[in-house]
Amino acid sequence: MNEIIKTENLVFQYEGENNSDIMVLNGINIHIKKGEFVAVLGHNGSGKSTLAKHFNAILLPTKGNVCVDGINTRHEEKLFDIRQKVGMVFQNPDNQIVATIVEEDVAFGPENLGVEPSEIRKRVDEALESVDMYEYRRHAPHQLSGGQKQRVAIAGVVAMRPDCIVLDEPTAMLDPRGRKEVLKTIKELNDTYGTTVVLITHYMDEAVNADRVIVIDSGDILLDGTPKDVFCQVKVLKDAGLDVPQVTELAYELRKCGLNINVDVLTEDECVEELTKLLEE
Amino acid sequence: MLKDITIGQYFPGESFVHKLDPRMKIVLTIAYVVMLFLTNNVYGFIISVGFLVLSYSISRISFKMILKSLKPIVPIILFTAILNLFFVNGDPLFKWWVISISAQGVKLAVFMSLRVIFLIAGTSLLTYTTSPIELTDGIELLLSPLKKVKFPVHELAMMMTIALRFIPTLIEETDKIMSAQKARGADLESGGIVQRAKALIPILIPLFISAFRRAEELALAMECRCYHGDEGRTRMKQLQYSWRDAFSFILISVLIITVILINMFIKTGSF
Repeated sequence: MNEIIKTENLVFQYEGENNSDIMVLNGINIHIKKGEFVAVLGHNGSGKSTLAKHFNAILLPTKGNVCVDGINTRHEEKLFDIRQKVGMVFQNPDNQIVATIVEEDVAFGPENLGVEPSEIRKRVDEALESVDMYEYRRHAPHQLSGGQKQRVAIAGVVAMRPDCIVLDEPTAMLDPRGRKEVLKTIKELNDTYGTTVVLITHYMDEAVNADRVIVIDSGDILLDGTPKDVFCQVKVLKDAGLDVPQVTELAYELRKCGLNINVDVLTEDECVEELTKLLEE
Repeated sequence: MLKDITIGQYFPGESFVHKLDPRMKIVLTIAYVVMLFLTNNVYGFIISVGFLVLSYSISRISFKMILKSLKPIVPIILFTAILNLFFVNGDPLFKWWVISISAQGVKLAVFMSLRVIFLIAGTSLLTYTTSPIELTDGIELLLSPLKKVKFPVHELAMMMTIALRFIPTLIEETDKIMSAQKARGADLESGGIVQRAKALIPILIPLFISAFRRAEELALAMECRCYHGDEGRTRMKQLQYSWRDAFSFILISVLIITVILINMFIKTGSF
């Protein structure tokens, strides 16, 4: 079993006012492999959060299926297995921390799973170390900054030893420094521990580090590929109301002006390199 | 202004008092309160005060914190004092029109105020040296026999934990909403009591709405972390009684018995 999350023709609709059905997702097929770092992009109301909520059975599909490590999310008796395998981190760190002390909060998940006390202790310490918050273990959540709180929330999920972590706009409420911290943590979890990461976001530059980018627009998959493949398609993204990273846009505009420059630049360094090459010519 | 509230604040530490089992600390606090109310004599009082001073010294909590915790209850202390001062009959010390103050009244007023002060100081020490989570754990375990009669002990403890967790968050939010309403020209400081109460409405409504929203999100986050009540749940921190608890238990028992004996046999200095 190489796929951790698999959706087959996932349709989700809900009943809106005057009995009309509102389609949020129209038949989405996604296969997410173990160890992958997937960024799901889309603007507000594109259905990306709804999609994320299907990954650990918070929502069940109207039609189609979602399988987590081979378990269909419709199996209610397997609910806790699914939620242990796929952890979820939400936007507002304040609203997902339960306990009044950092380490107690991280222990909350394993406690619910009925893990042995000594084993919980071990997992909590490891989880806090993996997000670099170990020295804050005795702090109260309200003494921490937004980025630190969000890292604690991530540790709370990590302590449950999930195969996959789904993060639903984890940086939307953070300042730039907090965003950087959280992104670094996510990347490290993926690199060092091989945890599958699904990052839902509407910031393009956060998706640059991912292995794979999926762009969702009004309930459909618009693009799916490596960051380079996806961000090259500047026009498609712009039409969908999305931005591209600044440097990619610069290259795109320069090319439009007739300069011979590669459009697939994602980072500042790459951009500088391309530009110097251009100037040397 | 809202940040000054200290009741229920925890100061981490490694002292003897901090290391006591929370269950024992709750029992000790209750015993201390009982002792205070059993005391009807100066010597007994000295014992209670001695115990309090000892506990504060070894816990390394500054005595200034006592003053801080007393601030909100000054009106109650004054009220008890005045009530005792004027309404206790006895040999009048001072008489003017219908007001008379008796020697017994003065004595009782002083002792009652002291009693309330020591009561608050003692119970505050519990919250100063016990983290809220330990406290709720202690309460949960102390009450756990009630589970047999279907009393929702775990749910109660969970509610307390969450309430404690969200107090600072909601205070911060109240501050923010107040500033926001002030920026829109809301007048929160002037006017009579009715007007001031009315001025609170634009603060309370947004606060409630956001609290409900938070509650919903928190519930979702808890579900995602497999919370399903008490059943099959374990605890990272296992509480265990140690020699410290045994020692404190014996100490408070001895003290209470002494206080009772003093009450029975020493008649001087009683009130």
